[in-house]
Amino acid sequence: MNQPAAAPKRGATTATTTWRHRFDRYREHHSDVAFDSLRRLLAAPLGTLMTLLVIGIALSLPAGLFVLLKNAQAVSEGWEGGAQISLYLRSTVTETEARALVDEVAARVDVQRVDYISREQALKDFQRQSGLGDILAGLDENPLPTVLVVFPAQADFNAADKLRTDLAKKDGVETAQLDAQWVQRLYAMLDLAQRLVQALAASLALAVLLVIVNTVRLAIESRRDEILIVKLVGGTDAFVRRPFLYTGFWYGLGGSLLALVLVTGVLAWLQGPVRTLADLYHSSFRLTGLGLEAVLLLVAAAVLIGISGAALAVRQHLREHEPR
Amino acid sequence: MISLKQVSKRYDSGKDALLNVSFELASGELTFLTGHSGAGKSTLLKLIMLIEKPSSGQMLVCGQNIALIPRSAIPYHRRQIGMVHQNHHLLFDRTVYDNVALPLLIAGFPPRDTGRRVRAALDLVGLLDKENLNPITLSGGEQQRVGIARAVVNKPAILIADEPTGNLDPELSAEIMDLFDQFSQVGTTVLIATHDHGLIDRYDHRLITLHEGQLLSDGFGGAAQ
Ligand SMILES: Nc1ncnc2c1ncn2[C@@H]1O[C@H](COP(=O)(O)OP(=O)(O)OP(=O)(O)O)[C@@H](O)[C@H]1O
Ligand SMILES: [Mg+2]
Repeated sequence: MNQPAAAPKRGATTATTTWRHRFDRYREHHSDVAFDSLRRLLAAPLGTLMTLLVIGIALSLPAGLFVLLKNAQAVSEGWEGGAQISLYLRSTVTETEARALVDEVAARVDVQRVDYISREQALKDFQRQSGLGDILAGLDENPLPTVLVVFPAQADFNAADKLRTDLAKKDGVETAQLDAQWVQRLYAMLDLAQRLVQALAASLALAVLLVIVNTVRLAIESRRDEILIVKLVGGTDAFVRRPFLYTGFWYGLGGSLLALVLVTGVLAWLQGPVRTLADLYHSSFRLTGLGLEAVLLLVAAAVLIGISGAALAVRQHLREHEPR
Repeated sequence: MISLKQVSKRYDSGKDALLNVSFELASGELTFLTGHSGAGKSTLLKLIMLIEKPSSGQMLVCGQNIALIPRSAIPYHRRQIGMVHQNHHLLFDRTVYDNVALPLLIAGFPPRDTGRRVRAALDLVGLLDKENLNPITLSGGEQQRVGIARAVVNKPAILIADEPTGNLDPELSAEIMDLFDQFSQVGTTVLIATHDHGLIDRYDHRLITLHEGQLLSDGFGGAAQ
C-alpha cells in the first residue's frame, strides 16, 4: 500500500493497532457506502420499485415453476412403490393351470407376492366398483379374464419393466401390463419440465443481469461528475466501483425478496383449490413452499447477479475514461 | 521533483498541444507557467497528473517515470499531487466540508484527523464559516478557494494550479499567492499556470512560457519576458 506523503505521523502506534484501525475504518467506510447506496435508491422510490418489480417478476417465474415441479415430483413419488404388473390370462386357461402359474411366478426372487383374481371375483369387484351391476348381470357370459396381480420385489421401474417382459412370454398370458407405466411417463415429462425450467432460469438470470447492467449504467451516468472528481483526487477503481456494487447488491436482494413474496402469494392462493382436489382423491397432499435451501439459493444467486451486473457496468465506464 | 525531457503531446484530434518541452522543477520550487490561450498549459498540468499520457519524451514525477506507472497505481500517484482545476470540479451534491474532505476519505484518513485537517485547509483559504454550505451557493472566487483547500488538504508533495486566481480580486489573489509561497517554503513543489501578468510581475518567481506548445522561455521574473 502506498501511504500518502502526508500520512498522519503518530510515532507511538504499533503496527497491529494501525492495521486494526485501518480495518475498522475500512469496515465503517463499507457500511457508509452500503447505506448511502440504499438511501439513493430509496430517494427515487418509483424508479427503484419499477426495477425491483422487473427483477422480482423475472426471478419469480423460474422460482414458481421450480416449486410446482417439486410438488409434482412429491405427488408422483407416492406412486412409485405401487408399481404392479397385471397378467391377463387367456380364457382357455383353466383354474388349475392358473394356480400353477401363480406358484411359479411367486417363486421368482424378483417377485414379492402374487394375487390371484378369478374371473368371478373380477366380475364382482367390477360390478361393485363401476355401479354397472345390473347391466353386467344381464350378460350371458363373464367377459372378464383371470388376472394375476404381480407385485415386484423392487420398487424400480426398469426392474419391474424387465419382469413384465419376462412374464408376458409365459404360456397362457394374454397381456402383461405394468400399471405404473404412466408414472414412468410422468417422470420422463417431469425430467423434461425440469430442464425447461433450468433453461428458463438461465435465460431469465441473463435478463436480470442485463436489467441491472443497464440500471447501474444510468446510475453511473447520473454520477459521472462525481466519478471524474473522485478519480482526479486519487480514488481507486475499487473506490469508484464500491457504491455501484452495493447498488447492484440491493437490487439483487430486493428483487429476490420480491420474487419470494410473489411465489409465496401465488402458492397461498393455490393452496385452497389444491386442498379440495387432494381431498377428492382422499390424499393428504398439500403444496409445499420453496424450502430454505431454495430460498437461500435464490437470494444468493440474485445478489451475485446484481453485483456482477454492477461490476460489468462500472468496468465499461472506467475503460472509457482511462488516460491516453 | 518534476522533470520533462523532449515531452510532446498529440491529442487524438491530431493537435500537437505540446512539442518537445524540457525543463526541471526542484523540490520546494515555486514556478509560474504562462502562455497564450491554447498554448498547452492545462495539457502540461494534465500530463503531470496523469490525466493524459505524453505521446513521446520522458517525464519523471517524484522520481518515477510516469510512462511506467501501471493503471492500478495512478490513484496513488495522484494522491501525491494536489491540483487546482481551471473549472473548479466541485461536487454540488454535498457541503463544502465534504468536498474538501474527499481526498482524505479516499485515502482512508481517520475521521478525527479528517475534521482537523479540513478545517485547517478551509481556514487557510478563509472559508471556515462556509463549511456547511453547498458550494453552489458560493461565488466563483469562493468556489475556487474551496478547490484550493481541497488541493492542499492532503499536504501533497506537489501542488499544481490551473488559473487559481482567475476569479479572484487582487487582494484575494495576493492572499492565495502568499499561501502558495508558504507551501513552497515547507518543501512543496508548486507550479501555477496563469496568464495573469499582473500577478506574475508582482513576484520574482521562475517563469516558464509556452507558445504553440513549445517552450519559449524559462527564467526569473522580468528577465524572462
Ligand atoms: N482533449 C483534447 N482533445 C483535443 N485537443 C485538445 C484537448 N485538450 C486541449 N486540446 C487542444 O490543445 C491545445 C492546448 O490546450 P490547453 O488546454 O492545454 O491550453 P491552455 O494553455 O490551458 O489554454 P487556456 O489558457 O485557454 O486554458 C488547444 O489548442 C486545445 O484546443
Ligand atoms: Mg487551460
